[in-house]
Amino acid sequence: MNKIPNRQAICNVLLEKAKEDKDIMVLCSDSRGSASLAPFAEAFPDQFVETGIAEQNLVSISAGLAKCGKKPFAASPACFLSTRSYEQAKIDVAYSNTNVTLIGISGGISYGALGMSHHSAQDIAAMSAIPNMRVYLPSDRHQTKCLIEALLQDEKPAYVRVGRNPVEDVYSEENCPFQMDKANILTEGKDIAIVACGEMVRPALDAAKILEEKGVHATVVDMYCVKPLDTETLLKAVEGVSAVITVEEHAPFGGLGSMVSQVVGAKCPKEVINMALPDAPVITGTSREVFDYYGLNAEGIAAKAMELM
Amino acid sequence: MIMENLKAKAFDLRKDVVNMIMEGKGGHIGGDMSVMEILMSLYFCQMNVTPENQDSPDRDRFVLSKGHSVEAYYAVLAAKGFLDIQDVIKKFSKFGSSYIGHPNNKLPGIEMNSGSLGHGLPVCVGMALAGKKDHRDYRVYTVMGDGELAEGSVWEGFMAGHQYKLDNLCAVIDRNRLQISGNTEDVMGHDDLGERIRSFGWHVIEVKNGNDIDALNKAFEEAKTVKGQPTAIIADTTKGYGSAVMENKANWHHKVPTQEEYQQIMADFEARKEAALNE
Repeated sequence: MNKIPNRQAICNVLLEKAKEDKDIMVLCSDSRGSASLAPFAEAFPDQFVETGIAEQNLVSISAGLAKCGKKPFAASPACFLSTRSYEQAKIDVAYSNTNVTLIGISGGISYGALGMSHHSAQDIAAMSAIPNMRVYLPSDRHQTKCLIEALLQDEKPAYVRVGRNPVEDVYSEENCPFQMDKANILTEGKDIAIVACGEMVRPALDAAKILEEKGVHATVVDMYCVKPLDTETLLKAVEGVSAVITVEEHAPFGGLGSMVSQVVGAKCPKEVINMALPDAPVITGTSREVFDYYGLNAEGIAAKAMELM
Repeated sequence: MIMENLKAKAFDLRKDVVNMIMEGKGGHIGGDMSVMEILMSLYFCQMNVTPENQDSPDRDRFVLSKGHSVEAYYAVLAAKGFLDIQDVIKKFSKFGSSYIGHPNNKLPGIEMNSGSLGHGLPVCVGMALAGKKDHRDYRVYTVMGDGELAEGSVWEGFMAGHQYKLDNLCAVIDRNRLQISGNTEDVMGHDDLGERIRSFGWHVIEVKNGNDIDALNKAFEEAKTVKGQPTAIIADTTKGYGSAVMENKANWHHKVPTQEEYQQIMADFEARKEAALNE
Protein backbone atom coordinates (compact mmCIF):
# COMPACT_ATOMS: atom_id res chain seq x y z
CA MET A 1 0.00 0.00 0.00
CA ASN A 2 1.35 3.41 -0.98
CA LYS A 3 1.89 5.67 2.03
CA ILE A 4 2.34 8.95 0.20
CA PRO A 5 -0.76 11.11 -0.16
CA ASN A 6 -1.06 13.33 -3.22
CA ARG A 7 -0.63 16.47 -1.12
CA GLN A 8 2.82 15.24 -0.12
CA ALA A 9 3.66 14.58 -3.75
CA ILE A 10 2.91 18.25 -4.42
CA CYS A 11 5.28 19.34 -1.67
CA ASN A 12 8.01 17.07 -3.02
CA VAL A 13 7.83 18.63 -6.48
CA LEU A 14 7.81 22.17 -5.09
CA LEU A 15 10.76 21.41 -2.80
CA GLU A 16 12.73 20.19 -5.76
CA LYS A 17 11.81 22.98 -8.16
CA ALA A 18 12.14 25.83 -5.64
CA LYS A 19 15.87 25.16 -5.42
CA GLU A 20 16.23 26.46 -8.95
CA ASP A 21 13.32 28.85 -9.17
CA LYS A 22 13.13 31.61 -6.58
CA ASP A 23 9.81 32.82 -7.97
CA ILE A 24 7.97 29.73 -6.73
CA MET A 25 5.99 30.76 -3.68
CA VAL A 26 3.82 28.69 -1.37
CA LEU A 27 1.03 30.31 0.62
CA CYS A 28 -0.94 28.66 3.39
CA SER A 29 -3.81 29.76 5.63
CA ASP A 30 -2.65 28.10 8.85
CA SER A 31 -2.71 24.97 6.71
CA ARG A 32 0.96 24.12 6.18
CA GLY A 33 0.65 20.98 8.27
CA SER A 34 -2.52 19.67 6.72
CA ALA A 35 -1.17 20.56 3.27
CA SER A 36 2.06 18.61 3.96
CA LEU A 37 3.88 21.85 3.17
CA ALA A 38 5.66 22.36 6.49
CA PRO A 39 8.92 21.01 4.97
CA PHE A 40 8.67 23.66 2.26
CA ALA A 41 8.16 26.41 4.84
CA GLU A 42 11.23 25.20 6.70
CA ALA A 43 13.43 24.77 3.65
CA PHE A 44 12.40 27.98 1.87
CA PRO A 45 11.16 30.48 4.46
CA ASP A 46 11.64 33.37 2.01
CA GLN A 47 9.37 31.66 -0.50
CA PHE A 48 6.66 30.82 2.00
CA VAL A 49 3.85 33.15 3.05
CA GLU A 50 1.54 32.48 5.97
CA THR A 51 -1.74 34.39 5.82
CA GLY A 52 -3.34 33.00 8.95
CA ILE A 53 -6.87 31.68 8.84
CA ALA A 54 -7.94 34.04 6.06
CA GLU A 55 -8.66 32.28 2.79
CA GLN A 56 -9.79 35.42 0.99
CA ASN A 57 -6.50 37.07 1.85
CA LEU A 58 -4.65 33.90 0.81
CA VAL A 59 -6.03 34.03 -2.71
CA SER A 60 -5.84 37.80 -3.22
CA ILE A 61 -2.26 37.99 -1.94
CA SER A 62 -1.38 35.13 -4.30
CA ALA A 63 -2.87 37.10 -7.18
CA GLY A 64 -0.86 40.18 -6.25
CA LEU A 65 2.34 38.14 -6.05
CA ALA A 66 1.59 36.54 -9.42
CA LYS A 67 0.96 39.93 -10.99
CA CYS A 68 4.51 40.84 -9.96
CA GLY A 69 6.11 37.78 -11.53
CA LYS A 70 5.86 35.21 -8.75
CA LYS A 71 4.49 31.68 -9.19
CA PRO A 72 2.25 31.24 -6.18
CA PHE A 73 0.74 27.95 -5.02
CA ALA A 74 -2.04 28.72 -2.53
CA ALA A 75 -2.85 25.65 -0.44
CA SER A 76 -5.82 25.46 1.87
CA PRO A 77 -8.52 22.88 2.66
CA ALA A 78 -10.63 22.54 -0.48
CA CYS A 79 -13.83 23.16 1.47
CA PHE A 80 -12.72 26.66 2.47
CA LEU A 81 -10.61 27.49 -0.57
CA SER A 82 -13.35 26.75 -3.06
CA THR A 83 -16.17 28.54 -1.28
CA ARG A 84 -14.86 31.09 1.26
CA SER A 85 -12.49 32.56 -1.33
CA TYR A 86 -14.62 31.79 -4.36
CA GLU A 87 -14.95 35.40 -5.37
CA GLN A 88 -11.21 35.99 -5.04
CA ALA A 89 -10.66 32.96 -7.29
CA LYS A 90 -13.16 34.37 -9.76
CA ILE A 91 -11.97 37.98 -9.89
CA ASP A 92 -8.37 38.18 -8.71
CA VAL A 93 -7.23 34.91 -10.25
CA ALA A 94 -9.40 33.89 -13.20
CA TYR A 95 -10.84 37.21 -14.40
CA SER A 96 -7.60 39.12 -13.84
CA ASN A 97 -5.72 36.15 -15.38
CA THR A 98 -3.01 35.80 -12.74
CA ASN A 99 -0.64 32.85 -12.61
CA VAL A 100 -2.00 31.33 -9.42
CA THR A 101 -2.36 27.62 -8.71
CA LEU A 102 -5.00 26.96 -6.09
CA ILE A 103 -4.37 23.71 -4.25
CA GLY A 104 -7.49 22.36 -2.56
CA ILE A 105 -6.24 19.88 -0.01
CA SER A 106 -8.25 17.26 1.89
CA GLY A 107 -10.84 17.55 -0.86
CA GLY A 108 -14.17 15.80 -1.18
CA ILE A 109 -15.02 13.95 2.01
CA SER A 110 -11.41 13.46 3.14
CA TYR A 111 -12.24 14.93 6.53
CA GLY A 112 -14.89 12.25 7.01
CA ALA A 113 -16.64 12.58 10.36
CA LEU A 114 -15.82 16.30 10.67
CA GLY A 115 -19.01 16.88 8.75
CA MET A 116 -20.36 18.97 5.91
CA SER A 117 -18.52 22.17 6.89
CA HIS A 118 -15.30 20.34 6.06
CA HIS A 119 -16.45 18.54 2.94
CA SER A 120 -15.90 20.01 -0.50
CA ALA A 121 -18.49 18.28 -2.64
CA GLN A 122 -19.19 21.44 -4.64
CA ASP A 123 -15.71 22.51 -5.69
CA ILE A 124 -15.67 20.97 -9.18
CA ALA A 125 -18.97 22.61 -10.06
CA ALA A 126 -18.01 25.95 -8.52
CA MET A 127 -14.54 26.25 -9.97
CA SER A 128 -15.48 24.86 -13.38
CA ALA A 129 -18.16 27.52 -13.77
CA ILE A 130 -15.54 30.28 -13.67
CA PRO A 131 -14.23 31.29 -17.12
CA ASN A 132 -10.44 30.90 -17.42
CA MET A 133 -10.23 28.54 -14.43
CA ARG A 134 -8.91 25.04 -15.07
CA VAL A 135 -9.83 22.18 -12.76
CA TYR A 136 -7.67 19.12 -12.13
CA LEU A 137 -8.16 16.09 -9.90
CA PRO A 138 -5.09 13.88 -10.17
CA SER A 139 -5.63 10.22 -9.42
CA ASP A 140 -2.41 9.23 -7.67
CA ARG A 141 0.94 10.55 -6.45
CA HIS A 142 2.70 9.91 -9.76
CA GLN A 143 0.15 11.79 -11.79
CA THR A 144 0.10 14.55 -9.17
CA LYS A 145 3.84 14.99 -9.65
CA CYS A 146 3.47 15.21 -13.43
CA LEU A 147 0.60 17.68 -13.11
CA ILE A 148 2.43 20.06 -10.78
CA GLU A 149 5.51 19.95 -13.00
CA ALA A 150 3.32 20.81 -15.99
CA LEU A 151 1.57 23.64 -14.13
CA LEU A 152 4.96 25.16 -13.37
CA GLN A 153 5.50 25.41 -17.11
CA ASP A 154 2.49 27.57 -17.85
CA GLU A 155 1.21 30.87 -16.53
CA LYS A 156 -2.52 30.31 -16.29
CA PRO A 157 -4.91 29.96 -13.35
CA ALA A 158 -5.71 26.47 -12.11
CA TYR A 159 -7.49 24.71 -9.28
CA VAL A 160 -6.09 21.34 -8.19
CA ARG A 161 -7.99 19.13 -5.77
CA VAL A 162 -6.27 16.37 -3.84
CA GLY A 163 -7.38 14.19 -0.95
CA ARG A 164 -5.99 13.80 2.52
CA ASN A 165 -5.15 10.15 2.60
CA PRO A 166 -2.70 8.03 0.60
CA VAL A 167 -4.34 6.32 -2.35
CA GLU A 168 -3.30 3.14 -4.11
CA ASP A 169 -1.15 3.85 -7.12
CA VAL A 170 -2.76 3.91 -10.52
CA TYR A 171 0.56 4.50 -12.24
CA SER A 172 4.18 3.82 -11.37
CA GLU A 173 7.30 5.92 -11.38
CA GLU A 174 8.37 4.26 -14.61
CA ASN A 175 4.99 4.24 -16.24
CA CYS A 176 3.01 7.42 -15.82
CA PRO A 177 1.90 8.63 -19.22
CA PHE A 178 1.04 12.31 -18.91
CA GLN A 179 0.00 14.92 -21.37
CA MET A 180 -1.49 18.20 -20.17
CA ASP A 181 -5.27 18.23 -20.59
CA LYS A 182 -5.31 14.74 -22.15
CA ALA A 183 -7.17 12.03 -20.25
CA ASN A 184 -5.72 8.54 -20.02
CA ILE A 185 -7.55 5.44 -21.17
CA LEU A 186 -6.40 2.87 -18.63
CA THR A 187 -8.22 -0.19 -19.91
CA GLU A 188 -10.11 -0.75 -23.12
CA GLY A 189 -13.30 -2.82 -23.24
CA LYS A 190 -16.25 -2.98 -25.59
CA ASP A 191 -19.11 -3.27 -23.11
CA ILE A 192 -19.11 -0.28 -20.79
CA ALA A 193 -17.09 2.87 -20.17
CA ILE A 194 -16.24 4.06 -16.67
CA VAL A 195 -15.04 7.63 -16.50
CA ALA A 196 -13.57 8.71 -13.17
CA CYS A 197 -11.50 11.50 -11.70
CA GLY A 198 -9.31 12.01 -8.68
CA GLU A 199 -9.28 9.31 -6.08
CA MET A 200 -12.19 7.47 -7.69
CA VAL A 201 -9.94 6.33 -10.54
CA ARG A 202 -8.32 3.51 -8.56
CA PRO A 203 -11.68 1.96 -7.50
CA ALA A 204 -12.88 2.32 -11.12
CA LEU A 205 -9.83 0.38 -12.28
CA ASP A 206 -10.43 -2.28 -9.63
CA ALA A 207 -14.07 -2.47 -10.70
CA ALA A 208 -12.93 -3.23 -14.25
CA LYS A 209 -11.01 -6.26 -12.91
CA ILE A 210 -14.10 -7.53 -11.09
CA LEU A 211 -16.14 -7.06 -14.27
CA GLU A 212 -13.54 -8.82 -16.36
CA GLU A 213 -13.96 -11.90 -14.16
CA LYS A 214 -17.68 -11.75 -14.92
CA GLY A 215 -17.02 -11.52 -18.64
CA VAL A 216 -17.78 -7.80 -18.91
CA HIS A 217 -15.14 -5.72 -20.64
CA ALA A 218 -14.85 -2.15 -19.39
CA THR A 219 -13.03 0.88 -20.67
CA VAL A 220 -11.70 2.99 -17.81
CA VAL A 221 -10.83 6.65 -18.33
CA ASP A 222 -8.78 8.73 -15.92
CA MET A 223 -10.28 12.18 -16.56
CA TYR A 224 -7.93 14.10 -14.28
CA CYS A 225 -8.52 17.19 -16.44
CA VAL A 226 -12.13 17.90 -15.55
CA LYS A 227 -11.84 21.32 -17.12
CA PRO A 228 -10.89 21.56 -19.92
CA LEU A 229 -12.60 18.18 -20.29
CA ASP A 230 -10.79 16.02 -22.82
CA THR A 231 -13.77 15.43 -25.09
CA GLU A 232 -11.72 13.75 -27.79
CA THR A 233 -10.55 10.97 -25.50
CA LEU A 234 -13.98 10.77 -23.90
CA LEU A 235 -15.74 10.25 -27.23
CA LYS A 236 -13.18 7.67 -28.27
CA ALA A 237 -13.71 5.82 -24.98
CA VAL A 238 -17.49 5.74 -25.16
CA GLU A 239 -17.69 4.80 -28.82
CA GLY A 240 -19.30 1.38 -29.17
CA VAL A 241 -20.06 0.77 -25.49
CA SER A 242 -23.65 0.32 -24.39
CA ALA A 243 -23.51 2.66 -21.37
CA VAL A 244 -21.27 5.07 -19.50
CA ILE A 245 -20.70 5.34 -15.76
CA THR A 246 -19.08 8.41 -14.25
CA VAL A 247 -17.59 8.22 -10.77
CA GLU A 248 -16.65 11.21 -8.65
CA GLU A 249 -16.22 12.33 -5.06
CA HIS A 250 -18.57 15.25 -5.53
CA ALA A 251 -22.20 16.29 -5.36
CA PRO A 252 -24.34 14.88 -8.18
CA PHE A 253 -24.72 18.25 -9.90
CA GLY A 254 -22.22 20.22 -11.91
CA GLY A 255 -19.31 17.82 -11.61
CA LEU A 256 -17.71 15.23 -13.86
CA GLY A 257 -21.00 13.40 -14.43
CA SER A 258 -22.74 16.55 -15.61
CA MET A 259 -19.92 17.42 -17.97
CA VAL A 260 -19.61 13.93 -19.42
CA SER A 261 -23.39 13.80 -19.88
CA GLN A 262 -23.33 17.07 -21.80
CA VAL A 263 -20.73 15.78 -24.22
CA VAL A 264 -22.10 12.27 -24.64
CA GLY A 265 -25.66 13.60 -24.93
CA ALA A 266 -24.65 16.00 -27.67
CA LYS A 267 -22.25 13.85 -29.65
CA CYS A 268 -23.22 10.17 -29.22
CA PRO A 269 -26.34 9.85 -27.05
CA LYS A 270 -26.41 6.83 -24.76
CA GLU A 271 -27.16 6.08 -21.14
CA VAL A 272 -24.89 7.90 -18.67
CA ILE A 273 -25.13 6.96 -15.01
CA ASN A 274 -23.53 9.35 -12.53
CA MET A 275 -22.12 7.76 -9.38
CA ALA A 276 -21.50 10.54 -6.88
CA LEU A 277 -22.17 11.65 -3.34
CA PRO A 278 -25.81 12.41 -2.50
CA ASP A 279 -27.40 15.85 -2.67
CA ALA A 280 -27.43 15.91 1.12
CA PRO A 281 -25.01 16.03 4.02
CA VAL A 282 -23.21 12.68 3.85
CA ILE A 283 -23.51 10.07 6.56
CA THR A 284 -20.99 10.38 9.40
CA GLY A 285 -17.93 8.19 9.13
CA THR A 286 -14.42 7.88 7.82
CA SER A 287 -14.11 8.56 4.12
CA ARG A 288 -13.71 4.80 3.54
CA GLU A 289 -16.92 4.06 5.47
CA VAL A 290 -18.76 6.80 3.59
CA PHE A 291 -17.55 5.57 0.18
CA ASP A 292 -18.60 2.02 1.05
CA TYR A 293 -22.01 3.19 2.25
CA TYR A 294 -22.75 4.98 -1.02
CA GLY A 295 -21.22 2.32 -3.21
CA LEU A 296 -18.34 4.51 -4.32
CA ASN A 297 -15.91 1.58 -4.30
CA ALA A 298 -14.83 -1.14 -6.71
CA GLU A 299 -17.65 -3.47 -5.75
CA GLY A 300 -20.28 -0.72 -5.98
CA ILE A 301 -19.07 0.44 -9.37
CA ALA A 302 -18.95 -3.13 -10.67
CA ALA A 303 -22.45 -3.82 -9.35
CA LYS A 304 -23.79 -0.71 -11.08
CA ALA A 305 -22.13 -1.80 -14.32
CA MET A 306 -23.72 -5.25 -14.08
CA GLU A 307 -27.14 -3.63 -13.65
CA LEU A 308 -26.59 -1.84 -16.93
CA MET A 309 -25.56 -4.95 -18.87
CA MET B 1 2.78 70.28 -15.45
CA ILE B 2 2.57 72.88 -12.67
CA MET B 3 0.36 72.35 -9.67
CA GLU B 4 -2.05 75.21 -10.40
CA ASN B 5 -2.79 73.70 -13.79
CA LEU B 6 -3.49 70.35 -12.23
CA LYS B 7 -6.09 71.87 -9.94
CA ALA B 8 -7.81 73.36 -12.97
CA LYS B 9 -7.29 70.22 -15.00
CA ALA B 10 -9.24 68.26 -12.39
CA PHE B 11 -12.37 70.00 -13.66
CA ASP B 12 -11.56 69.24 -17.29
CA LEU B 13 -11.23 65.58 -16.34
CA ARG B 14 -14.54 65.81 -14.49
CA LYS B 15 -16.08 67.02 -17.72
CA ASP B 16 -14.67 63.93 -19.46
CA VAL B 17 -16.25 61.77 -16.77
CA VAL B 18 -19.67 63.35 -17.16
CA ASN B 19 -19.47 63.09 -20.94
CA MET B 20 -18.58 59.42 -20.58
CA ILE B 21 -21.58 58.85 -18.34
CA MET B 22 -23.92 60.75 -20.66
CA GLU B 23 -22.75 58.67 -23.63
CA GLY B 24 -22.70 55.36 -21.76
CA LYS B 25 -26.00 56.12 -20.03
CA GLY B 26 -24.70 55.01 -16.65
CA GLY B 27 -21.85 55.41 -14.20
CA HIS B 28 -20.89 55.96 -10.59
CA ILE B 29 -20.70 59.71 -10.87
CA GLY B 30 -20.58 60.71 -7.18
CA GLY B 31 -17.53 58.62 -6.30
CA ASP B 32 -15.81 59.64 -9.54
CA MET B 33 -15.92 63.22 -8.36
CA SER B 34 -14.69 62.50 -4.83
CA VAL B 35 -11.74 60.36 -5.96
CA MET B 36 -10.51 62.55 -8.82
CA GLU B 37 -7.76 64.47 -7.00
CA ILE B 38 -6.51 61.28 -5.31
CA LEU B 39 -6.02 59.65 -8.70
CA MET B 40 -4.47 62.79 -10.16
CA SER B 41 -2.04 63.16 -7.31
CA LEU B 42 -0.97 59.55 -7.74
CA TYR B 43 -0.70 59.53 -11.54
CA PHE B 44 0.64 63.05 -12.10
CA CYS B 45 2.79 63.61 -9.03
CA GLN B 46 3.55 60.42 -7.17
CA MET B 47 3.72 57.21 -9.12
CA ASN B 48 6.47 56.12 -11.44
CA VAL B 49 4.23 54.65 -14.10
CA THR B 50 3.86 55.82 -17.70
CA PRO B 51 2.78 54.23 -20.98
CA GLU B 52 6.49 53.83 -21.72
CA ASN B 53 7.42 51.92 -18.54
CA GLN B 54 4.15 50.07 -17.96
CA ASP B 55 5.84 46.68 -18.40
CA SER B 56 8.87 47.49 -16.27
CA PRO B 57 9.15 45.33 -13.14
CA ASP B 58 10.18 48.49 -11.27
CA ARG B 59 7.06 50.51 -12.04
CA ASP B 60 4.85 51.59 -9.18
CA ARG B 61 1.63 49.57 -8.92
CA PHE B 62 -1.92 50.79 -8.49
CA VAL B 63 -5.20 48.96 -7.95
CA LEU B 64 -8.51 50.83 -7.93
CA SER B 65 -10.24 48.83 -5.23
CA LYS B 66 -13.35 51.01 -5.47
CA GLY B 67 -13.63 49.86 -9.06
CA HIS B 68 -16.94 51.59 -9.60
CA SER B 69 -15.05 54.90 -9.90
CA VAL B 70 -13.72 53.62 -13.19
CA GLU B 71 -14.89 56.67 -15.16
CA ALA B 72 -12.53 58.91 -13.18
CA TYR B 73 -9.81 56.28 -13.63
CA TYR B 74 -10.32 56.21 -17.43
CA ALA B 75 -10.17 60.02 -17.53
CA VAL B 76 -6.90 60.08 -15.59
CA LEU B 77 -5.39 57.20 -17.58
CA ALA B 78 -6.29 59.02 -20.79
CA ALA B 79 -4.74 62.27 -19.55
CA LYS B 80 -1.62 60.26 -18.69
CA GLY B 81 -1.45 58.88 -22.23
CA PHE B 82 -2.62 55.31 -21.65
CA LEU B 83 -6.01 55.74 -23.34
CA ASP B 84 -7.61 57.96 -25.99
CA ILE B 85 -10.29 59.95 -24.19
CA GLN B 86 -12.45 60.45 -27.28
CA ASP B 87 -12.45 56.71 -27.86
CA VAL B 88 -13.39 56.12 -24.21
CA ILE B 89 -16.26 58.62 -24.30
CA LYS B 90 -17.57 57.18 -27.55
CA LYS B 91 -17.47 53.54 -26.47
CA PHE B 92 -17.87 53.55 -22.68
CA SER B 93 -20.31 50.82 -21.64
CA LYS B 94 -21.41 50.30 -25.25
CA PHE B 95 -22.01 46.83 -26.70
CA GLY B 96 -18.72 44.96 -27.15
CA SER B 97 -16.65 47.78 -25.62
CA SER B 98 -13.40 47.22 -23.71
CA TYR B 99 -14.34 50.19 -21.53
CA ILE B 100 -16.40 48.18 -19.07
CA GLY B 101 -18.15 49.79 -16.11
CA HIS B 102 -15.38 48.51 -13.84
CA PRO B 103 -11.61 48.25 -14.42
CA ASN B 104 -10.53 45.87 -17.16
CA ASN B 105 -6.89 44.84 -17.13
CA LYS B 106 -6.90 44.08 -20.81
CA LEU B 107 -6.66 47.87 -21.22
CA PRO B 108 -3.24 49.54 -21.00
CA GLY B 109 -2.32 50.89 -17.58
CA ILE B 110 -4.76 48.76 -15.58
CA GLU B 111 -3.12 46.08 -13.42
CA MET B 112 -6.11 44.23 -12.02
CA ASN B 113 -9.79 43.76 -12.65
CA SER B 114 -11.90 44.98 -9.79
CA GLY B 115 -15.48 45.84 -9.09
CA SER B 116 -16.38 43.64 -6.18
CA LEU B 117 -15.25 45.56 -3.12
CA GLY B 118 -12.67 44.44 -0.61
CA HIS B 119 -10.20 42.95 -3.10
CA GLY B 120 -7.73 45.75 -3.77
CA LEU B 121 -5.92 45.88 -0.46
CA PRO B 122 -5.17 42.14 -0.17
CA VAL B 123 -4.03 42.07 -3.80
CA CYS B 124 -1.75 45.04 -3.11
CA VAL B 125 -0.36 43.21 -0.07
CA GLY B 126 0.76 40.50 -2.52
CA MET B 127 2.26 43.06 -4.89
CA ALA B 128 4.11 44.84 -2.08
CA LEU B 129 5.32 41.51 -0.70
CA ALA B 130 6.70 40.58 -4.13
CA GLY B 131 8.56 43.90 -4.20
CA LYS B 132 10.13 43.14 -0.84
CA LYS B 133 11.08 39.60 -1.88
CA ASP B 134 12.72 40.89 -5.05
CA HIS B 135 14.36 43.90 -3.35
CA ARG B 136 12.72 46.29 -5.75
CA ASP B 137 11.96 49.87 -4.79
CA TYR B 138 8.53 50.25 -6.35
CA ARG B 139 5.60 51.39 -4.26
CA VAL B 140 2.09 49.95 -4.29
CA TYR B 141 -1.07 52.01 -3.96
CA THR B 142 -4.73 51.21 -3.68
CA VAL B 143 -7.79 53.40 -3.26
CA MET B 144 -10.78 52.13 -1.35
CA GLY B 145 -14.14 53.65 -0.63
CA ASP B 146 -15.27 54.18 2.95
CA GLY B 147 -18.42 52.11 2.44
CA GLU B 148 -16.08 49.37 1.19
CA LEU B 149 -14.52 49.10 4.63
CA ALA B 150 -17.47 47.00 5.78
CA GLU B 151 -15.98 44.13 3.74
CA GLY B 152 -14.13 41.78 6.10
CA SER B 153 -11.46 41.02 3.50
CA VAL B 154 -10.23 44.64 3.82
CA TRP B 155 -9.30 43.94 7.43
CA GLU B 156 -7.55 40.72 6.46
CA GLY B 157 -5.45 42.94 4.21
CA PHE B 158 -4.78 45.45 6.99
CA MET B 159 -3.58 42.59 9.21
CA ALA B 160 -1.25 41.16 6.59
CA GLY B 161 0.17 44.55 5.61
CA HIS B 162 1.25 45.05 9.19
CA GLN B 163 2.43 41.47 9.69
CA TYR B 164 4.79 41.73 6.72
CA LYS B 165 5.88 45.32 7.54
CA LEU B 166 5.02 46.52 4.07
CA ASP B 167 6.27 50.10 4.15
CA ASN B 168 6.11 50.10 0.34
CA LEU B 169 2.31 49.86 0.58
CA CYS B 170 -0.05 52.82 0.82
CA ALA B 171 -3.84 52.49 1.04
CA VAL B 172 -5.97 55.55 0.43
CA ILE B 173 -9.50 55.76 1.71
CA ASP B 174 -11.81 58.04 -0.24
CA ARG B 175 -13.74 59.12 2.83
CA ASN B 176 -16.74 60.82 1.27
CA ARG B 177 -19.09 59.55 3.98
CA LEU B 178 -21.81 58.49 1.57
CA GLN B 179 -22.71 55.16 0.05
CA ILE B 180 -25.64 54.04 -2.04
CA SER B 181 -28.03 53.71 0.90
CA GLY B 182 -27.04 56.93 2.63
CA ASN B 183 -24.56 58.10 5.25
CA THR B 184 -21.77 55.58 5.87
CA GLU B 185 -22.08 56.04 9.60
CA ASP B 186 -25.75 55.08 9.48
CA VAL B 187 -25.16 52.08 7.23
CA MET B 188 -22.15 50.64 9.09
CA GLY B 189 -20.23 53.13 11.14
CA HIS B 190 -16.46 53.39 11.36
CA ASP B 191 -16.31 55.41 14.59
CA ASP B 192 -12.80 56.81 14.77
CA LEU B 193 -11.53 55.29 11.54
CA GLY B 194 -7.98 56.57 12.02
CA GLU B 195 -7.73 54.98 15.42
CA ARG B 196 -9.22 51.77 14.11
CA ILE B 197 -6.60 51.45 11.36
CA ARG B 198 -3.79 52.57 13.70
CA SER B 199 -4.76 49.72 16.01
CA PHE B 200 -4.02 47.35 13.11
CA GLY B 201 -0.42 48.59 13.18
CA TRP B 202 -0.58 51.04 10.28
CA HIS B 203 0.73 54.56 10.06
CA VAL B 204 -2.31 56.77 9.45
CA ILE B 205 -2.39 60.19 7.82
CA GLU B 206 -5.64 62.10 7.87
CA VAL B 207 -6.12 64.62 5.08
CA LYS B 208 -8.76 67.18 5.95
CA ASN B 209 -9.41 68.21 2.35
CA GLY B 210 -9.08 65.14 0.21
CA ASN B 211 -9.96 67.09 -2.91
CA ASP B 212 -6.86 69.26 -2.49
CA ILE B 213 -3.98 67.90 -4.58
CA ASP B 214 -1.38 69.81 -2.53
CA ALA B 215 -2.61 68.25 0.70
CA LEU B 216 -2.69 64.79 -0.89
CA ASN B 217 0.83 65.17 -2.25
CA LYS B 218 2.06 66.14 1.19
CA ALA B 219 0.47 63.01 2.66
CA PHE B 220 1.96 60.76 -0.04
CA GLU B 221 5.39 62.27 0.56
CA GLU B 222 5.07 61.61 4.28
CA ALA B 223 4.03 58.02 3.57
CA LYS B 224 7.28 57.48 1.65
CA THR B 225 9.28 58.32 4.76
CA VAL B 226 7.52 55.78 6.99
CA LYS B 227 9.59 52.66 7.65
CA GLY B 228 8.56 49.26 8.94
CA GLN B 229 4.82 49.70 8.55
CA PRO B 230 2.34 50.47 5.77
CA THR B 231 0.50 53.77 5.55
CA ALA B 232 -3.19 54.51 5.24
CA ILE B 233 -4.27 57.93 4.05
CA ILE B 234 -7.78 58.84 5.06
CA ALA B 235 -8.78 61.52 2.61
CA ASP B 236 -11.90 63.43 3.64
CA THR B 237 -13.49 64.10 0.28
CA THR B 238 -16.80 65.40 -0.98
CA LYS B 239 -18.96 63.03 -2.94
CA GLY B 240 -20.03 64.69 -6.19
CA TYR B 241 -17.28 67.33 -5.76
CA GLY B 242 -17.31 70.06 -8.36
CA SER B 243 -20.97 70.89 -8.71
CA ALA B 244 -23.65 71.81 -6.19
CA VAL B 245 -26.02 69.68 -8.26
CA MET B 246 -24.31 66.54 -6.96
CA GLU B 247 -22.27 67.44 -3.90
CA ASN B 248 -22.99 65.42 -0.78
CA LYS B 249 -26.08 63.81 -2.27
CA ALA B 250 -26.31 60.04 -1.82
CA ASN B 251 -28.71 59.67 -4.75
CA TRP B 252 -25.86 60.78 -7.06
CA HIS B 253 -23.94 57.57 -6.26
CA HIS B 254 -25.00 56.18 -9.63
CA LYS B 255 -26.98 58.60 -11.72
CA VAL B 256 -27.11 60.00 -15.23
CA PRO B 257 -27.71 63.75 -15.28
CA THR B 258 -30.69 65.13 -17.19
CA GLN B 259 -29.85 67.59 -19.97
CA GLU B 260 -30.67 70.44 -17.63
CA GLU B 261 -28.47 69.03 -14.86
CA TYR B 262 -25.75 68.34 -17.40
CA GLN B 263 -25.67 72.00 -18.46
CA GLN B 264 -25.52 73.16 -14.86
CA ILE B 265 -22.82 70.64 -13.88
CA MET B 266 -20.63 71.62 -16.83
CA ALA B 267 -21.09 75.33 -16.01
CA ASP B 268 -20.15 74.65 -12.39
CA PHE B 269 -17.02 72.77 -13.47
CA GLU B 270 -16.04 75.64 -15.72
CA ALA B 271 -16.51 78.15 -12.91
CA ARG B 272 -14.42 76.04 -10.52
CA LYS B 273 -11.76 75.66 -13.17
CA GLU B 274 -11.62 79.43 -13.66
CA ALA B 275 -11.37 79.91 -9.93
CA ALA B 276 -8.50 77.41 -9.78
CA LEU B 277 -6.69 79.20 -12.58
CA ASN B 278 -7.12 82.54 -10.83
CA GLU B 279 -6.05 81.22 -7.43
